[in-house]
Amino acid sequence: MNDTVRSLLIVFILLIASLSVAGMLTWVERRLLGLWQDRYGPNRVGPFGLLQVVADAIKLFFKEDWIPPYADKVVFVLAPAVIMLSVLMSFTVVPFSSSLGVVDLNIGLLFFLGMSSMGVYSVVLGGWASNNKYSLLGGLRASAQMLSYEVFMGLSVSGVVLLAGSFDLRTIVVQQKAVWYCVPQALGLFVFMVAGVAETRRVPFDLPEADSELIAGFHSEYSSMKFGMFFVGEYLGITLVSAIVATLFFGGWLGPFLPPPIWLAIKTFVIVCFFILLRATLPRLRYDQLMGFGWKVMLPLALLNLLVTGAIRLAMG
Amino acid sequence: MLSIVKGLWIVFLHMFRRRVTVQYPEQKPYLAPRWRGRIILSRINGEERCVACYLCAVACPVDCIALQATEDESGRRFPEWFRINFSRCIFCGFCEEACPTYAIQLTPDFEMGEYVRQNLVYEKEDLLIAGPGKYAGYDFYRVAGLAIGGKDKGEGENEAPPRDVRTLLP
Repeated sequence: MNDTVRSLLIVFILLIASLSVAGMLTWVERRLLGLWQDRYGPNRVGPFGLLQVVADAIKLFFKEDWIPPYADKVVFVLAPAVIMLSVLMSFTVVPFSSSLGVVDLNIGLLFFLGMSSMGVYSVVLGGWASNNKYSLLGGLRASAQMLSYEVFMGLSVSGVVLLAGSFDLRTIVVQQKAVWYCVPQALGLFVFMVAGVAETRRVPFDLPEADSELIAGFHSEYSSMKFGMFFVGEYLGITLVSAIVATLFFGGWLGPFLPPPIWLAIKTFVIVCFFILLRATLPRLRYDQLMGFGWKVMLPLALLNLLVTGAIRLAMG
Repeated sequence: MLSIVKGLWIVFLHMFRRRVTVQYPEQKPYLAPRWRGRIILSRINGEERCVACYLCAVACPVDCIALQATEDESGRRFPEWFRINFSRCIFCGFCEEACPTYAIQLTPDFEMGEYVRQNLVYEKEDLLIAGPGKYAGYDFYRVAGLAIGGKDKGEGENEAPPRDVRTLLP
C-alpha cells in the first residue's frame, strides 16, 4: 500500500515537473538565443520575463482549435497525443538517484530507444492526417530521417552497454563511479548527441519542420493547444535526450555535496543549453545531406566505436 | 567539422558582448534634431508664422494636410483652420521643405499612439506651439515687402523706402 502511494506520488511529481520544465524551456531557449544573438529575448512579462510561459499558454488556449475539414479527424487529434505519450513514457526509466525513479527496468535503455522512436509516428501521422502537401512532405522527411539516425543511435549506446554490462540505466550510472563514460566513449557520445538532435528534430536536423521551406512542415495545420502539445513534446524530447545523455555519459546523478536529483538536473540543463547553442549556430542540413551523413559517416563511426570497445573489452577479459 | 566547433565557440563568446537592444519605454533612443516626427506649426514673436499659402498641402504626397486661408483686417494672411491627418502622414518632410516661412516643421517625437483612430487628426490648436521651433529669428512679414498692420511699405528689414515711380527726380 505504502509503496503504491509512493510510486503514484513519484509519477505525479515527475509528470508535473517534466511538463513545467518543458514549458520553462521555451523561455530558457528564447532567452539564451537572445543572449547569443546580442539581444534580450522575452524580458517583459514578470521578473526576467519568466511569466512569458504563462502568457504563451493562455494565448494558446484561447486560440481557435481548428481541424481542417479535409483532415483525417481521428488521426489528426491523436497525433499530438502520441508524441507526448511516447516522451513521457520514456521519462519513466530515467533514474534520479539510486532509489528514486518511476520504474527500475533491467532493459531501461532499450525501453528508452523504443519509446523515443515512437515519437516519429506522431510526426508522420500528423503530417499525413493534415492532408496538406507541405505537412505530408514534413512527415515523409521525418520518416526518412528516422530511418537514417535510428540505426546509429542504437549502435552508439552499445559501447556504453558493453562497458557497463547492462541495459539497466541504474547499473550504467553506478558503473561510472570511477570514470564517466564520456571519456572512454567520447566517440559514442558524439554519435549519440548527433542522433539525439535528429531524434528531437532540432536544428540542424529540423527537416520535418523546416520553417523556410515547408512552412512548419508536419504541424502547419495544427493550431491552439494541439500545436502546443507538439511544442511541449519537442521540449520534453530535448529534456529527455539531455537526461539520457547525462545518465549514459556524464555519470547521471553522481556528484559531490548536492543531492543526486539536483546533480542530474544540473547536467541535464547544461546539455539542454548545448542543444540551444547548436540551434543558435548551425544552419539546417539538406534532406539528402542528412541521409548521406547518417549512413556514410555516422553509421561507420558508430560501428568502429562498437568494434574497438568490444575488442578492448574482450582483451581486458 | 572544425568550422562547426569554431562557429559554436564564436556564438558562445557572444554571451559576453554588449546587447544592441534599446529597452524602449525605459530607455529612449537618441533622436537627431532633424529627425522627422510629429509635425508642428511654429510662431515668431507670438504671431503665427503660417501664411496659408497651401504649398505644404500641395507638396504632401498623401494629401494629409488640409487648411483654409483667411486674412485679418490688416491684410495679414493666416489659416482659418489647419488640419493634419496623422493616420495618413508618412513623415516625409516635404511640407517642411515646401514651406516659405518655416511655419511647418517636423520634430523629434514619434510617441503619438492613440486608441481611437479619429484622435490622430490634429487641429490647428493641437499643432501650434509657442516658439519658433528649429529656425529662430526668421519672420516672414518682417522681410517681405508687404504692408500689414503695424508695418508699412519700406519698413521691413533690409528694405529701402518705396520709390515713387512716376517722378524722374532721384
